Amino acid sequence: MTSPQTNAKISFQNVSRRYGEGDRSFLALDRLSLDIADGEFVTVVGPSGCGKSTAMNIAAGLTDVSDGRVLVDGKSVVGPGPERGVIFQQYALFPWLTVRQNVEFGLRIKGTSAAERRRISDHFISLVGLTDFADALPKTLSGGMKQRCAIARAYAVNPTILLMDEPFGALDALTRVGMQDQLLDTWTRERRTVIFITHDVDEAVYLANRVIVMAARPGRLHKIIPVDLPYPRTEEMRLSPEFAEIRNQVWHAVYHQKPHVDLHIQEEEPLT
Amino acid sequence: MSDVAVDNQGAGSRSIADWPPIILNLVAFVFGLAVWWAITAAQLVILPGPAAVFQRAIELIANGQLPLDIVSSLQRVLTGFILGVALAVPVGFLMGWYRVARALIEPYVQFFRMIPPLAVIPLAIVTLGIDEAPKIFVIFLASFLSCVVATYQGVISVDRTLINAARVLGATDRVIFPRVIIPASIPFILVGVRIGLGSAWATVVAAELIAAQSGLGFRMQQAQLYYDLPTIFVSLIAIGILGLVMDRFLQAAERRLTQWQERV
Repeated sequence: MTSPQTNAKISFQNVSRRYGEGDRSFLALDRLSLDIADGEFVTVVGPSGCGKSTAMNIAAGLTDVSDGRVLVDGKSVVGPGPERGVIFQQYALFPWLTVRQNVEFGLRIKGTSAAERRRISDHFISLVGLTDFADALPKTLSGGMKQRCAIARAYAVNPTILLMDEPFGALDALTRVGMQDQLLDTWTRERRTVIFITHDVDEAVYLANRVIVMAARPGRLHKIIPVDLPYPRTEEMRLSPEFAEIRNQVWHAVYHQKPHVDLHIQEEEPLT
Repeated sequence: MSDVAVDNQGAGSRSIADWPPIILNLVAFVFGLAVWWAITAAQLVILPGPAAVFQRAIELIANGQLPLDIVSSLQRVLTGFILGVALAVPVGFLMGWYRVARALIEPYVQFFRMIPPLAVIPLAIVTLGIDEAPKIFVIFLASFLSCVVATYQGVISVDRTLINAARVLGATDRVIFPRVIIPASIPFILVGVRIGLGSAWATVVAAELIAAQSGLGFRMQQAQLYYDLPTIFVSLIAIGILGLVMDRFLQAAERRLTQWQERV
């Protein structure tokens, strides 16, 4: 079988995921096809059940596809890999390790020398502004600090792709805005390809090169909205008419989705 | 009006609620002693008073019998307990980590958990003789059963996201087990160890009551024959104090090993 050539960093090719079996099964993701370029920052928004987390878990290698495939650098994804870093909504820091030990976790597995580990962890801990907390346990950190530590941990193994599943979802609005600026700052300095899932339309527009809007039941691609605003993004930009215009488009795409017509026919037929 | 309210909470009239707990503990202890003394001194019940028991304790310590009993009881408890925990932890991990192992082992664990360890004593004596072996076996069984369930619970309740987080950082099962599963289940294991020690201690005394030539349980059994109430009291108090001391040690170990936990 020859694979269609693609220059994309990440390429979803007709990816479907079905959960359960027989009558009780449901289609979490229906034939998603999407190419993401190297160094691109893509945000994914959509109602719950639109399959955005499923898509991300498939790209991370934590969930198998039912059909189709995901290519990373032209190679099919089978299981997690060090070139894809993942940041979870619940931070998922190891609570028994200090900030530094968390950041060094992946390096330790790789067998990086202690001196090199130290150098790398120092760099990324300072990049996320946690130098003063390097030896603190996660329980002493605030939610925002925990997520910064998780970001440093993901960066430390030097992935080319960052997959972020509602990373700021558990933070309060003020902290969230600060985290967005810091993430963009980090991303500008350490450019990676990012897929960022969120349910916050503002956040989606503020961060992204492109906003991917998904629809639910079954989870599928609905619309791709490019964000033609330059980086670095600023507060003025956030309040600008251009931003508002894109925001409206995304909002409309998310909240005024037409029901999926053929699915309704399929569901209703057995009843009549 | 408000002045009065402030005064009430001020330093002037300190209520009992402000006393440090250790003082309250001491008050309760002295009070209990006083009640015991009063009841026995008034001859409301035919029991030895604090003075008689204290005097007997001194005698038993002086002639070396109490230390000897304590040593033999502790030896049995610790041998059985350490063997039980040493087997329970790997078996619990096995059950939590491998579905097959769980399905094979769990029915036995659940079944034997329903049998009080003491009920096994008659069988143990018949098959293992009357020396140390049956007693250690019963204690081993008691601590194994309570610890294995806790370890197993600990492993199956490890947060999936932590495992996924390790996996995406490049960890294989071989790495995840020692670096994620074991540390994450330590709090559960320690709870199991504490329960295990409690049941081991309860079991040793009962086992000695039935068949032994030394130990605190045996001493009480002997004292019962001679209507020697002070010795029974001394033994009971020693059992309580030793259990308390061991539990405190484990509590301190628990605090040290799980200081990373968020406590609500």
